[in-house]
Amino acid sequence: MEFLQYLFSGITSGAIYAVIAVGFSMLYSATDLINFAHGEFVMLGALCLVTMKAIGMPLPIAFLNAVLIVGLIGLIFERLAIRPVKRPQPIVLVIITVGASIFFRGMAMILWGKDTYSVPPFSDHPPIIISGAALLPQSLWILFIVLAVVACLYLFYQKTLTGKAMQACAISKKAAWLMGIPAKWMVSLSFLLSAAMGAVAGVIIAPITMCSYDMGTMLGLKGFCAAMLGGLGSLWGALLGGFLLGILEAMGVGFFSSSIKDAIAFLLLLFILYVRPGGIIGAVQAKRF
Amino acid sequence: MSGPGGLSVRCRQSGFSVKIPSFLGPSLPYLLFAGAIALVGLWVENFYYLQVLTFIGINTLVALGLNMLMGYAGQISLGHAAFFGIGAYSTAILTVHYGLSPWMGLAGAIGITGIVALVVGLPTLKLSGYYLGMGTLGFGMIVHILFREWTSMTGGASGFVGIPPLSVGNYTFYSPTAYFSLVWGTVLIGVIICRRIIDSRIGRALRSVHDSEAAARAMGIDTHMLKLQVFVLSALFASVAGFLYAHFVTFISPGTFDFLTSVRMVTMVVIGGMASIWGALLGAALLTLLPDWLHTFSEFEMVVYGLILMVVMILLPQGLTRGILDLWEKSKGEDIDIKGESDGDSFR
Repeated sequence: MEFLQYLFSGITSGAIYAVIAVGFSMLYSATDLINFAHGEFVMLGALCLVTMKAIGMPLPIAFLNAVLIVGLIGLIFERLAIRPVKRPQPIVLVIITVGASIFFRGMAMILWGKDTYSVPPFSDHPPIIISGAALLPQSLWILFIVLAVVACLYLFYQKTLTGKAMQACAISKKAAWLMGIPAKWMVSLSFLLSAAMGAVAGVIIAPITMCSYDMGTMLGLKGFCAAMLGGLGSLWGALLGGFLLGILEAMGVGFFSSSIKDAIAFLLLLFILYVRPGGIIGAVQAKRF
Repeated sequence: MSGPGGLSVRCRQSGFSVKIPSFLGPSLPYLLFAGAIALVGLWVENFYYLQVLTFIGINTLVALGLNMLMGYAGQISLGHAAFFGIGAYSTAILTVHYGLSPWMGLAGAIGITGIVALVVGLPTLKLSGYYLGMGTLGFGMIVHILFREWTSMTGGASGFVGIPPLSVGNYTFYSPTAYFSLVWGTVLIGVIICRRIIDSRIGRALRSVHDSEAAARAMGIDTHMLKLQVFVLSALFASVAGFLYAHFVTFISPGTFDFLTSVRMVTMVVIGGMASIWGALLGAALLTLLPDWLHTFSEFEMVVYGLILMVVMILLPQGLTRGILDLWEKSKGEDIDIKGESDGDSFR
């Protein structure tokens, strides 16, 4: 079954877009910032995993370490490059985050060189055959990890005091600050979480792609398209947008041509911007910006 | 109120007065500019320097147009490399595949870019802020992918070779000096066009859109139409620059027209100082020279480039011309904060 095969690969890449989009979206809702360096966190996550595995760490430890390291990089990035900006206008922040993305890519090129690396799948089961379509075990891992991460994030936002404080900051930083919430810490925390989400995407994608210093930019932009598609600033929107983008992309490649693969995300982005700028979920009118 | 040249006013502010004959006053900066171009053209003989100066001219043309859109109208575009590329590829395809003369290529480039900008601008310019940035980014990426994938027409990822050089009658612009003069002559015309627009009714309307779109609309300005016009104008500037670029290097590839190029164009305008024609020139010059200087860092090139972008934007978000002016005024002990505040939220 061709259709089923495309659906599987669509859901796999959709899960990855979804987790990147969630990282974008949560940072946007907390700080009103579009982080063009987000894709580089994905790249750093993947390459960190490569190095951790190379020095012989078991997979779960390597996974955690990669995510932690990239999260810390996100934290430092906020402290050094975003917080010193006195009047955060969008255009200035766009240039700063693009500058940061070039910087991270340059650093990765120095540290890992221009080679591509690959990582073995998380488990070496044979592919599962469902009515003629092969489902890779790694796809199941990806789906499982993405859903687990998003569930954890949801519980964190809904059930913990810190999560609620972050939500309060996203609604109104000043009001939250007046209620005694350390708003600056919440911004730092959302950078850490967002970068860590990027790293998770990088780690789970590592076994099914070639990892190199320039893998992140396109993934970041597509994750961004997914976030826009679902509705910027909404967790469920990001999830929905990610899966939708992944599936439509796989169908487009399968039934039309592989040359339009990268264009699909941006066509969808334009379409949603013209028809419903707030995204599928979210306000119809994107008034605020 | 600044006069067309803006020169007489500036002289009065800085405390010294030069007597300029009234008939010369408005056109004096242009004459000086033209004189400077002629001097440089005659004086510089090194091919490499002339080449770099020509690239600066091409980038200045893009920055001038983008500056009208960003600096004066307050609209952001993260896809201007697309128009640059449409200009370049249009003329390349028309001259090589269809055997037309480059000047027909120019007409084609302008026509195609105008139509594309109109069609894209119509829905996109209804958005604002980040959403506008994303819309233009998406458009730029689609055009970039088109250049890469439409192999039969554009030559695909490996690029487009064999674009003929420009010629008028029997004269061909082979020598670097000739091409330098051509490009900078075009820049001069561009500067004059911008200046004339800025000082016209349209220019005042543009600035009112920049400050508050709602207020502008309340005063009876058709803001959407106005934004569309300036968007098309800036696209045409980029397209002409692309045309000049294609016939200068005679080889183009999709990599020249990607997202990073769009960002570099925006950075030229912002680093130079928005809403300043000479700022566009400064920004274009700096960003063209920067990669050359960075070659000395070899493998650290990207790292240093990224760092410079970040540091300049953190320290001087108003751009260099404005930043340096602010520092100078601060050293004279004047209060500049109030003035800075009013220019703060350009894109809200």
